[in-house]
Amino acid sequence: MTGTLLEVRGLRTVFRTREKTVHAVNSVSFDLHEGEVLGVVGESGSGKSVTMMSLLGLLPSPPADIVEGTVTFDGRDLLSMDTAELRRICGAEIGFVFQNPMTSLNPVLTIGHQLMEPMRHHLGLSARAARSRAREFLDLVGIPDAGRRLNDHPHQFSGGMCQRVMIAMALSCTPRILIADEPTTALDVTIQAQILDLVASLRERFGMAIVWISHDLGVVADIADRVLVMYGGRIVETAPADDLFRRPRHPYTRALLETVPAAHRCGRGRLATIPGQTPTLVEAPRCCSFAPRCTIAITRCREEVPPAISLPGHREAACFLAGQHNDP
Amino acid sequence: MFHYTLRRLAFAIPTLLFISVILFLLLDLAPGDPTASLPLTIPLEVREKIRLSLGLGEPIHIRYAFWLKQFFVNEPLHLISSLTGFDVSGERLRVISWQSRSPVVDIVLERMPQTLWVVGLSYVVGILIAVPVGIVSAWRSNGWFDQIGTFVSMVGFSVPTFFSGVLLIVIFSVHLGWFPSIYDTTHRVTDLGSFFHQIRQMVLPVSVLALYNAAQISRFMRASTLDNLHLDYVRTARAKGMPERRVLLVHVLRNSLGPVVTVIALGVPGIFGGAIITEQVFKVNGLGHLLITAIQANDLPMVQTLTFIFAVLIILFNLVADLLLGILDPRIRYG
Repeated sequence: MTGTLLEVRGLRTVFRTREKTVHAVNSVSFDLHEGEVLGVVGESGSGKSVTMMSLLGLLPSPPADIVEGTVTFDGRDLLSMDTAELRRICGAEIGFVFQNPMTSLNPVLTIGHQLMEPMRHHLGLSARAARSRAREFLDLVGIPDAGRRLNDHPHQFSGGMCQRVMIAMALSCTPRILIADEPTTALDVTIQAQILDLVASLRERFGMAIVWISHDLGVVADIADRVLVMYGGRIVETAPADDLFRRPRHPYTRALLETVPAAHRCGRGRLATIPGQTPTLVEAPRCCSFAPRCTIAITRCREEVPPAISLPGHREAACFLAGQHNDP
Repeated sequence: MFHYTLRRLAFAIPTLLFISVILFLLLDLAPGDPTASLPLTIPLEVREKIRLSLGLGEPIHIRYAFWLKQFFVNEPLHLISSLTGFDVSGERLRVISWQSRSPVVDIVLERMPQTLWVVGLSYVVGILIAVPVGIVSAWRSNGWFDQIGTFVSMVGFSVPTFFSGVLLIVIFSVHLGWFPSIYDTTHRVTDLGSFFHQIRQMVLPVSVLALYNAAQISRFMRASTLDNLHLDYVRTARAKGMPERRVLLVHVLRNSLGPVVTVIALGVPGIFGGAIITEQVFKVNGLGHLLITAIQANDLPMVQTLTFIFAVLIILFNLVADLLLGILDPRIRYG
């Protein structure tokens, strides 16, 4: 494994509204290495997207407020930068792809205009050079008749095509990191597979590191080298993808994997669920946030927050029992 | 879009005919007598003869048909004659004002420049103030700029122009003596000095109306910008690393301008209608002033023609608003 590209330490993000404060991200720490694909999984509201958007100041503030933590990208601290400095990194060195391709493109500007914007801004290309590069990238993400489609508007594109445009846009300045925030969630299954193949081939070509946020475990198992599992705004488990799916160490990961419907088990009763509710996050965690739903919780789990415990095989799990408890 | 425009214009014809009938009937049904303002010493028989000479002896449908012919056939022919110099109109009767006995259209054309300069300029000034104020207010919503902007526009919107106009006259004309309180319509701009005088006499009426217009439009601009500011595509523009200025002025503005342009275009006929109250306060001899004196004197041809011209403008600028929206937003298709 090569050097660390992105280092996040103790990141805490809260949303302050008039009535309450929501602790969306609680002391999150992780590393992203050069060229690796990091999968981030967790159910809705577990803080996956908020964590990634906090890194680049993309959350509306107010209400969002990054309380503490450091984010080091290539030796520079992203959280202490002002907006203008941060914007020189956004799009140029870190590309972002969002969940809803249809609404993530500006409806009144042409695809070409939107695609050329970051190239002209970050790379200082002339209009002519940016246009030919835009055509190249549109071609690369598999949009036929790219030259003519540059003059089209987003409403003339399908959802899958919009997402291809978004990917082209995120990669147009050859960033070192691509953050994909549930990029296939809004698309139907066949398009999902196409987008996954596309990203895999683009990764081979450009060699950027990828953060792939998803709540689809199947997708993550497919493409990720390493996986973070998030719950209640914390990272509960980190492990290489194969090990995580074969031998989950945190009870939440285990429960999550049990909910995945498998083809050979179909037709045998109801789908598995994790009983209980997700935590509301209205206060900073004082105990393991999964404890109320955990089947093996002990008294200690309800009294203190379990720290991340290093386990053999480059993995970590935030569970008191992860060290002792072996394979289920 | 060309076919759409043609079809809309064709649809406008029955609409306008219907409006003209309604206007004619309403004015005819309204109480009042064109001879009422004449001296009381004129005997009743003579008054009756005056009425007959004005054409009031004919039944209403005949009078309406005459008006139609005069306005849609004779007036355009006269206009062509005066523009080209060829006499195509002959002795055709024009729409004549009952008060002054001169053709209504000539009077309207005479009054138009004053109104367009004062009211039109105030509209332009209002828009130029309102758009940036609206954008900044939305961008830093609930910040100090927005708070002040909200307060000023509430004041501008709720204080009637007859109050703010008189207030400005008291402060700037009476106490400070900076600007004249009366707008002199006979003033001619011949050299730099008279040009400055023209500017000085326009300052007060224009600022009263501009404040009113800006208050209204800036609220629309703020609301529309605020609607767009939290949409996904704005986040995309930021994630692409566009500077905040560009995010606002290219991405957000292009989207939020649509509804505001509609409001602005629909307000344009109001300019031609003049600002009746403000024109009264500053004695601007414009169209608003013309309309109010015509109503007071029961000058039915004048009122009928003026209100009908307003109706034409309203329909025209509705179409303009729709076409502009189509240019701003490519998703709108005309079929």
